[in-house]
Amino acid sequence: MNGPYKIRVENLNMYAGKIHILKNINIRIPKNKITVILGPSGCGKTTLMKCLNRLTDLYPEMHVTGKIFIDDEEILHARNDITRIRKRMGLLSQRPYPLPMSIYRNIAFGLKISERRKKKLLDRRIEHYLKQASLWDEVSDRLKEPASCLSIGQQQRLCLARGLAVDPDIILADEPTSALDPMSCQAIEKIFIELKHSYTIVIVTHVLRQAVRMADYVVFMYLGEVIEQGPAKEVFNNPKEEKTKSYLQGVFY
Amino acid sequence: MIKKLVRTIEEGFFRSFMFLSTCIIIFALCLIVFSILNKGIPSLSFEMISQTPKGGFYFGREGGILNAIIGSLYLSAGATILALAISLPVALYMNIHLISRKKTVNAIRFLLDLLWGIPSIVYGAFGFSIMIMLGMKASLLAGIIVVALLIIPIMIRAMDEGFKTVPPGLTESSLSLGATKSEIAFRIFVRQCFPFIITGILLSFGRAIGDAASVLFTTGFTDRIPTSLTQQTATLPLSVFFQLSSPIPEVKNRAYAAAVILTIIVLLISILSRIISGVYKKSSIKF
Repeated sequence: MNGPYKIRVENLNMYAGKIHILKNINIRIPKNKITVILGPSGCGKTTLMKCLNRLTDLYPEMHVTGKIFIDDEEILHARNDITRIRKRMGLLSQRPYPLPMSIYRNIAFGLKISERRKKKLLDRRIEHYLKQASLWDEVSDRLKEPASCLSIGQQQRLCLARGLAVDPDIILADEPTSALDPMSCQAIEKIFIELKHSYTIVIVTHVLRQAVRMADYVVFMYLGEVIEQGPAKEVFNNPKEEKTKSYLQGVFY
Repeated sequence: MIKKLVRTIEEGFFRSFMFLSTCIIIFALCLIVFSILNKGIPSLSFEMISQTPKGGFYFGREGGILNAIIGSLYLSAGATILALAISLPVALYMNIHLISRKKTVNAIRFLLDLLWGIPSIVYGAFGFSIMIMLGMKASLLAGIIVVALLIIPIMIRAMDEGFKTVPPGLTESSLSLGATKSEIAFRIFVRQCFPFIITGILLSFGRAIGDAASVLFTTGFTDRIPTSLTQQTATLPLSVFFQLSSPIPEVKNRAYAAAVILTIIVLLISILSRIISGVYKKSSIKF
């Protein structure tokens, strides 16, 4: 695929204690497209995601080597601005983790951290992000209620809106629909397709059909290695590697 | 066939054993409450809770136990506030900054549990020896400090139990929103675990107000209501302890009244903690 790359991972290795989890990862993630990282459970997809926004820093036993560039800025060894780097990437995890406060303040949390804003402006922005996550119609009359009163599907969209409010240019989604019912799942997928024009989206999934529905670019991983990567059409229609072929045919999960 | 019979007997035996134990504990509790109320209620009067003892707490027949009520409230409130100022940061530090160092955190927990188990008279004696070293006299301040030391382990562990329930995913999500660790601590952990914090505070307050041994050497006892931190202070448990041994029935009645009031305060606190934590549980997220 020709076109600008947003994220470039070079020779990335990750060890948890003595276990070699990610093995020499080299990938390129195109800008303003949906990239799907596909592979069976336990192949290191989520770990790769954690390396991208340096959540690996939280766990001292995790040791990362290699380079990750975002817009040509090397992020792995820049020590002083982890917060700024993380703010460029919205994270959507496997299950929603709303903050223990009202719906309104969930969104305002990120906004307020970014900069102080006036109340009216804040209201407008919150409405904007809730609309982007197509949650506004469902919650506009109960913004002051705690986020815990929402359903799981709504909570996941709330988390998405909250992530967007920090104004990132990348969205990392780690199996974002695995805890959701088919309706909420569809809603999330639809939002992603709308968002991809202005954001670089990386989705981790082991669901093949979801990958086919959404991917512009596919990275197939197996046991900590990248087996194959390329534009979705090529990988899905003419896989070059045997392992990719078997996965696509449903031989292993 | 016999096997089945043995199992039935076994089942019946343990069942009745459990039932009996439950009955014993409930009966004992009722008996305690009954005997306190039986002796205490008749001696409760408006005079009892609105006046200090007249003519010395050990000999004077007139007056009430206002000195001990106010003293106990001052002491416990002071100790609880001091303990909170120390416990909350420790509990947050253990669960946010040290979260990945399991061994260190477990060592701290073990240490706190040890401290929890130390009898309060030992805290009192420790405080007393330090006071002698510094040339201090028994005072409200000394009592507040010693009682705070006594309840800090309880408070930290109560909060710690709450903070432990926060899933790592919530921390990760907050970090990726650009929050710093302090923001996560005070804006997310404290909010999510508010019921636990309230419970911890009230539990500690209950322990502080009910403890006699730690204040025995450190706060002393007096007829007056304290007006400064350096004065000796009367407390409800010691009010029971000193006055119950008096041969004068009026003085003895003051001891019973103090016991009733202490019981009522502790009871109110546990009811209050249930209500408050119930209210705040609604806004915590269930994971």
